Amino acid sequence: MAANETPTVTAPVTSTAAPSARARAMEFIVKRHYLRPWEALPWVLVIAAYFIFPDRMTFGTQVLIGIMFALSLDLVLGYAGIVTLGHALFFGIGAYTVALLTARWNWGEPISSMLVAIVLSAAAGFASGWFLLRYRNLTLLMLTLAAAILVQEAGNYRSDITGGYDGVPGMEIWKLFGVFENDLYGRTYYVYVGVLLFVVWFVLRRIVYSPFGAALTGIRENVRRMHAIGSPVHLRLVTAYTIAAGIAGMAGALFAQSTAYTTLGVFDFDNSAKVMVMLILGGTGRLYGAFIGATVYLVLEDNLSKMSPTFWQFGIGLLLVLTVLFARRGLLGVIEDALKLFGRRSKS
Amino acid sequence: MTAALQVEKLNRSFGALAVTRDVDLVLERGARHALIGPNGAGKTTLVNLITGVLRPNSGRVLLNGDDITTVNQAERARRGLARTFQINQLFRGLSVLENICMAIGERDGENNNLWRPAGAKPSVIEEALDQLESLKLVDDALKLVKELPYGRQRLVEIAIALSQKPRVLLLDEPAAGVPSSESHLILDVVAALDPDIAVLIIEHDMDVVFRFAKEITVLVQGAVFTHGTPQQIMADEQVRAVYLGQEGLSGGAHHG
Repeated sequence: MAANETPTVTAPVTSTAAPSARARAMEFIVKRHYLRPWEALPWVLVIAAYFIFPDRMTFGTQVLIGIMFALSLDLVLGYAGIVTLGHALFFGIGAYTVALLTARWNWGEPISSMLVAIVLSAAAGFASGWFLLRYRNLTLLMLTLAAAILVQEAGNYRSDITGGYDGVPGMEIWKLFGVFENDLYGRTYYVYVGVLLFVVWFVLRRIVYSPFGAALTGIRENVRRMHAIGSPVHLRLVTAYTIAAGIAGMAGALFAQSTAYTTLGVFDFDNSAKVMVMLILGGTGRLYGAFIGATVYLVLEDNLSKMSPTFWQFGIGLLLVLTVLFARRGLLGVIEDALKLFGRRSKS
Repeated sequence: MTAALQVEKLNRSFGALAVTRDVDLVLERGARHALIGPNGAGKTTLVNLITGVLRPNSGRVLLNGDDITTVNQAERARRGLARTFQINQLFRGLSVLENICMAIGERDGENNNLWRPAGAKPSVIEEALDQLESLKLVDDALKLVKELPYGRQRLVEIAIALSQKPRVLLLDEPAAGVPSSESHLILDVVAALDPDIAVLIIEHDMDVVFRFAKEITVLVQGAVFTHGTPQQIMADEQVRAVYLGQEGLSGGAHHG
């Protein structure tokens, strides 16, 4: 800031307000993507959880996968404003890529099969996005939903290959790097998925703070204006959708690998709706909403379903209603407001 | 010299309703051209046809001599055709500065970059700030657009269009909805536009039209009623008749 202001001091200053406003604006934009200290918090917690709950790492892995899945949705829903109820399509394609590679082609190597899963789900995202993203809002909602159902039913039709709703038989995932066996407590996969989640977060953070990310926000805010300033809107949306599909497929692949189990249920509408609920619960268009939302959702689901195996969804439904009614920016927004309030109190 | 913008025999109908009928229009480089006409004359439809929001049923649109009739809206914008909207179309949840950076980024292809942080290229931000300074908006650079009074939002609307560095600029009622105490701010900006830009302005206020325009086209019921210099239009009895026969155009009636 000091460096930016020095020239204005030497120049004959007629209006003191204008140059400092300019310097402040410049500084804001230049520093906007800088890492803040609190952004380390999710990772501190991810690492802490490894030591605090060593026997719950199987569950912890599922939380990390949920965060990754929700992050991928945040790029399209939170940033680009693409409403989709078919995001499970890409999760499912990722999971089935891994499952079929091992069950049909005896290829259980986790990293290469995950990479194949990313490529195939991204390709599916590109192909479906090219057609579907000409539409918006309710039409798009229905079309994305239909796309997931179509693939699910195709899988059901050829249940001789997919194993239908009973699951793919005989999945055998090899050791990571040929060395690390997935132990009984799932610690190996917790670390593996944790590292990959960090990579995904890093990549997405680069994207959302890039000019391309700004353009996605522009499309969400006002698509008519984007057309008018010459933005290739369809290309931008398809690009974002393809990236998100690849990441969702990655989450699906890790799900299949960590559980060594995959059924057609991965394509369920439930799965698409669940990831959307997670994201809305946490807060959209912020990246960290996915972290909070997926964790809260899955921890609640885990505890409530133990308390009441039949009615546990009531608790989640109630939380969602309260969030949508009173905290439109999700739990992340609540935390921010609380911190602001706290900060103001402590100052006065 | 090829015209900056040329519209030839343009037709468009919605069902049985012909909203644009055989419209011809020529904007030379640096033109100051006003498009006037009673409400429902098809002025905004014509802007939408020129910018590619709508496709004509027949006729041609030429930009710097190139036929752009089948070119999509975004490509027309990239070739130097910018517009403002009658009702603000802004990124309301973003800051004023980001609104401008968005237009610059799309203009020079910056927005194709997925990896470099938006703040890491100062030239874009400097240019955006220069643009805001020239419109005296720089103090509001970090405010969200939705926090600004409507008159200043109208200025952002123009600032975005100017950031595209257009060769042809279409202004659809730039001062619409702005309290008269502030409208001079916008009209001063319009009056001070780069003389190289060809400007087509839709405006109801005849004082503004006669002050700003060197040429006027009168549109009535989708067709060009007449066309000429401000003096010719002012002296035209038929134009007066059309305007005096219309309600809701007190500006025109007053002047006539």
